[in-house]
Amino acid sequence: MTWSWEHFFQYLFSGYIVEGAWTTVWLAVVSMILGCSLGVVLAFMKMSDRRPMRLIANTYIWLWRGTPLLVQLVIIYTGLPQIGIRLGVVESAILALSLHEGAYFAEIVRAGVMSVNKGQEDASKALGMTWAQQMRIVTIPQAIRVIIPPLGNQFNLMLKTTSLASVISMEELLRHAQQLAQIEFRVLEVYLVAACWYILLTTIWAQVQKRLESHYEKPFGPAGKPEAAPSINKIADITSTQA
Amino acid sequence: MNTVEHTRNADRTLGDPIVQISNVAKSFHGNKVLHDVSLTVRQGEVVVIAGRSGSGKSTLLRCVDYLETIDSGEIRACGHLMGFKESAGGKRTALKEADIARQRQDLGMVFQSFNLFPHLTVLDNIVVPPVQVLKADEDATRAHARELLDRVGLPDKENAYPSQLSGGQQQRVAIARALAMKPKVMLFDEPTSALDPEMISEVLDVMIDLSTQGMTMIAVTHEMGFARAAADRVLLMHDGHIVEEAPPEKFFNNPDSEHTRLFLSKILSH
Repeated sequence: MTWSWEHFFQYLFSGYIVEGAWTTVWLAVVSMILGCSLGVVLAFMKMSDRRPMRLIANTYIWLWRGTPLLVQLVIIYTGLPQIGIRLGVVESAILALSLHEGAYFAEIVRAGVMSVNKGQEDASKALGMTWAQQMRIVTIPQAIRVIIPPLGNQFNLMLKTTSLASVISMEELLRHAQQLAQIEFRVLEVYLVAACWYILLTTIWAQVQKRLESHYEKPFGPAGKPEAAPSINKIADITSTQA
Repeated sequence: MNTVEHTRNADRTLGDPIVQISNVAKSFHGNKVLHDVSLTVRQGEVVVIAGRSGSGKSTLLRCVDYLETIDSGEIRACGHLMGFKESAGGKRTALKEADIARQRQDLGMVFQSFNLFPHLTVLDNIVVPPVQVLKADEDATRAHARELLDRVGLPDKENAYPSQLSGGQQQRVAIARALAMKPKVMLFDEPTSALDPEMISEVLDVMIDLSTQGMTMIAVTHEMGFARAAADRVLLMHDGHIVEEAPPEKFFNNPDSEHTRLFLSKILSH
């Protein structure tokens, strides 16, 4: 069997593959939203004054970052039923992906919050702000700038990482490609089509990310430089016209 | 040798004590920075605290606003026992963070590094805290903020961001921001130490103006010109103790402590 462009293009636009790609997108988005929410909670637990809070967060992050996502997926989908916890494929995939993301995003949020100058905390406190007000009014708006770029990278990873969910038969892009390959026996064409879709998704995201970053990379305010003193020539001009 | 330009304090009557620091001690990691420090500041009084770096003067000021906890002693400011709740029997319990925040509303503080909020415009830096923290009326606060900007000489900067201002301008905005909370006492923690020399006087002028309007002020500063012009009392701290406490004339001309003489000779020799 030789390479066939005809089959390649037929698969590239086949409804079955597009459907898989769509599943990949929403799976990534949902898992990212849940994972980031968990990450924020973990980050603040990790920065808490209370030791048990820190211990819980640190232990969680240690466990989830220290084990492969594939193993976590398999444990959740095929292992947990043994102790009576039965989750569907979609639930298991979302759960595993977001629990995993949470562990990584926690560190990103923490780094963002820590990047805000200590003087900002002093000023907020001195103005009578509570911790919650300080976070909302002062710290988070500044931390966002530091968080956005790594957040974008995490979503790029997430788009690709969803392919692992194919092992628990989640009907996403890779799984659909595998199914198609088993029927059509055109393995190279089918998997290259899958690769094309992944690169399309990550490329679109990269453009979005670029815009977000350029928005948040700007210094606060329009120019970011103190007004320059008028040049000597200009002063000379002024004085000469006055004379 | 010098004619002291000590103009404002001669005919002033001071009010009741508004800040009372009693026997305060504080250590950082076993290193004692405040030893049994006591100080009473009366309403309308301007107190300047001088001293070498590491003498504990900034720590003392931060303790007054409870930005640092204290190991022993007590601080009463604007009627609050800072950091604690006192029950009828005299029993003390540590306050929750939100209650300490409420106590701090009566004190304004200005920092060496300005600490303006870089993501907010000058006007918002001044308006947002009273509106969010005190739930003050936004329009009235805005009008008040413009008056304050006028007072610190920056009426045309309300839409600028802090990064667009010079250090002296930023510090003047920081003073306006603190005043917008209508504090009863203003604390200045080395407000001119991070400034280029040519910008120092614009900030000191605002501080002197504030002192003539009766604001109670505690200023940690090396600006002895300010101390001469505005202070009712000048203190010298050394190794966590207050070693000199005198009106400016006496502080500069006839101090009791050897430490003060040494300090003055160093600071005035260049």
